[in-house]
Amino acid sequence: MSLASETRPMTRREWLLSDRPQSRLQARLGRAYMTWRRFSANRLAVLGLLILLALILVAAFADLLAPHSPFVGNLAGARLLPPGSEGYLLGTDDQGRDILSRLIHGSRLTLVVVVLVAIIAAPVGLIVGAVAGYAGGWIDAVLMRLTDIFLAFPKLVLALAFVAALGPGIENAVIAIAITSWPPYARIARAETLTVRNSDYIAAVRLMGASPARIVFRHVMPMCMSSLIVRVTLDMAGIILTAAGLGFLGLGAQPPLPEWGAMIASGRRFILDQWWVATMPGIAILIVSLGFNLLGDGLRDALDPRESGQ
Amino acid sequence: MIDTVRMSGRRRARSRKAFATVLQFLVVVATTYLGLLAVTFFIGRVIPIDPVLAVLGDRAPQHVVERTREAMGLNLPLYQQFFIYCRQALSGDFGTSVLTTNPVMTDIRRAFPATVELATLGTLIGAFIGVPLGVLAAVKRGSIADQIVRVIGLVGYSVPIFWLALLALLVFYARLQWVAYPGRIDIVYEYTFSPITGLYLVDALWQGQWDVFRDVFRHIILPASLLGYFSLAYISRMTRSFMLNELQQEYIVAARAKGLSEARIIWGHALRNAAVPLVTVIALSYAGLLEGSVLTETVFAWPGLGLYITNSLQNADMNAVLGGTIIIGSVFIGINLLSDLLYRTLDPRTRAR
Repeated sequence: MSLASETRPMTRREWLLSDRPQSRLQARLGRAYMTWRRFSANRLAVLGLLILLALILVAAFADLLAPHSPFVGNLAGARLLPPGSEGYLLGTDDQGRDILSRLIHGSRLTLVVVVLVAIIAAPVGLIVGAVAGYAGGWIDAVLMRLTDIFLAFPKLVLALAFVAALGPGIENAVIAIAITSWPPYARIARAETLTVRNSDYIAAVRLMGASPARIVFRHVMPMCMSSLIVRVTLDMAGIILTAAGLGFLGLGAQPPLPEWGAMIASGRRFILDQWWVATMPGIAILIVSLGFNLLGDGLRDALDPRESGQ
Repeated sequence: MIDTVRMSGRRRARSRKAFATVLQFLVVVATTYLGLLAVTFFIGRVIPIDPVLAVLGDRAPQHVVERTREAMGLNLPLYQQFFIYCRQALSGDFGTSVLTTNPVMTDIRRAFPATVELATLGTLIGAFIGVPLGVLAAVKRGSIADQIVRVIGLVGYSVPIFWLALLALLVFYARLQWVAYPGRIDIVYEYTFSPITGLYLVDALWQGQWDVFRDVFRHIILPASLLGYFSLAYISRMTRSFMLNELQQEYIVAARAKGLSEARIIWGHALRNAAVPLVTVIALSYAGLLEGSVLTETVFAWPGLGLYITNSLQNADMNAVLGGTIIIGSVFIGINLLSDLLYRTLDPRTRAR
């Protein structure tokens, strides 16, 4: 009898939550499952995740979803139509272009900016922080002084100055934002590195003859990842707002690209009579950056219970 | 006798430590400022393929180009150029603005008070509403009030400020007509009103010109409220987390056991202890508003530093852009470091180390 219950096949949940995982994969999946449980208990965080997924899907299938061309409008018959007009759910702009279609295509630009800034700034911060924390001594002092200097700069104004020198355009906006957003990542990576650098497993790897570079890249950096991911997610909203601000000032994506900030700028002239031209892109920005903020908060609570202040 | 000797020895040790702290602080200030100058130098002189071209345009005759190159010191090695650049920047010489033909420093001196007035009022609004909201959210944790404060903060973090500014103009100026049109002061008063400090509200009050004060107030209240909302989002969130931290401490239990009223415990004991990090937060949000005013000023045609920088940007006036960047950067750095210093002097725990 008791033997039968012993050999009863484990449910998937029991397998995931097992105290004694049989393989590395099982342990990893189990941890991921626990994290997901904590994360999905937070309804707002799940909402944030859904917003992000929706953004990705819309960007991926923009050509299928958009009812009209984002660039070519109907100048003769459809200029500045209000929302709810036939065939134009969110109305049209001054060139007769469907605002909904432009928003759908603009999601690609938003996603590109966010992803590019993340893959430029996060690794830079990670390397600087991990190297500084692991090496210590004067290398640490110099790198951290440099980080603090950049941290003390006003980000938006500096990004403005960079774009002014590089010339307007979405690539330069990405570069400018990336240059100003790596320092917090370096701070976080260094703090995490300091907590692991004297631990036994690092000593063991060192005894096995691993080079410092190998230790930093293979054994220190992975430990920094979860904090870093949380911070990058929380920063995404700020990156979107900065990019939109640059677009609004005419320094980001150039017309006729349907960048949301630039769309607000072009709708600014009609704000008094045709309010929807400037309002709709702003709502899109608000929803997406709200999504990133909710997701970031949720990730922080799920991955890093110490920090959540519970 | 021995006692006093020992005392003075300890005092000397302490003053030596204080001296070391001050020295360290000065080193930090100097390197940070040098870093700022290096970055702006890089932006102005290294990124453009030919700075002369950037100044003169591509139609200038050859001899003018040569003369300008010489005048700008571009034939010198880079480190000498940087040295000269630093010397000029430190003496407040940022060159001449192409757009206004004034020295950049003159323009900045005119625009700076407008930005300071706006950011100060914004921070005051943010602090006076944000701190009580944060305290409320912490005390009634998990309640509806807490949720509402959280949503207010979240939206504040997520909304594009220039968009909200446009909508606010549409509603409060165009539709409701509660506030005045963009700008700083009505054109009627522009010639009769002579400001002293450049902070119009203060000047009007000082000179007892009530009609001017009312007009200036009607102009400033909307942009200041918007900036105030942004600092409110940050301040209320930080206040909440500081207060939650304090309310868990044992001295709160002791105060309750002593029979103090709840209001006394919250406002007199918990908030007093939370106030130390809060000062830093408010200072940081002030610095953030100085920067954040760039976009707001553009929407409200507010003649401050932000509008000056964006106008110059649109006209490729690099001297003005970099001068403005250095000034905002210096103030930003200054407030950052000051708040750090303030934190250390206000909190006895960090002082006694």
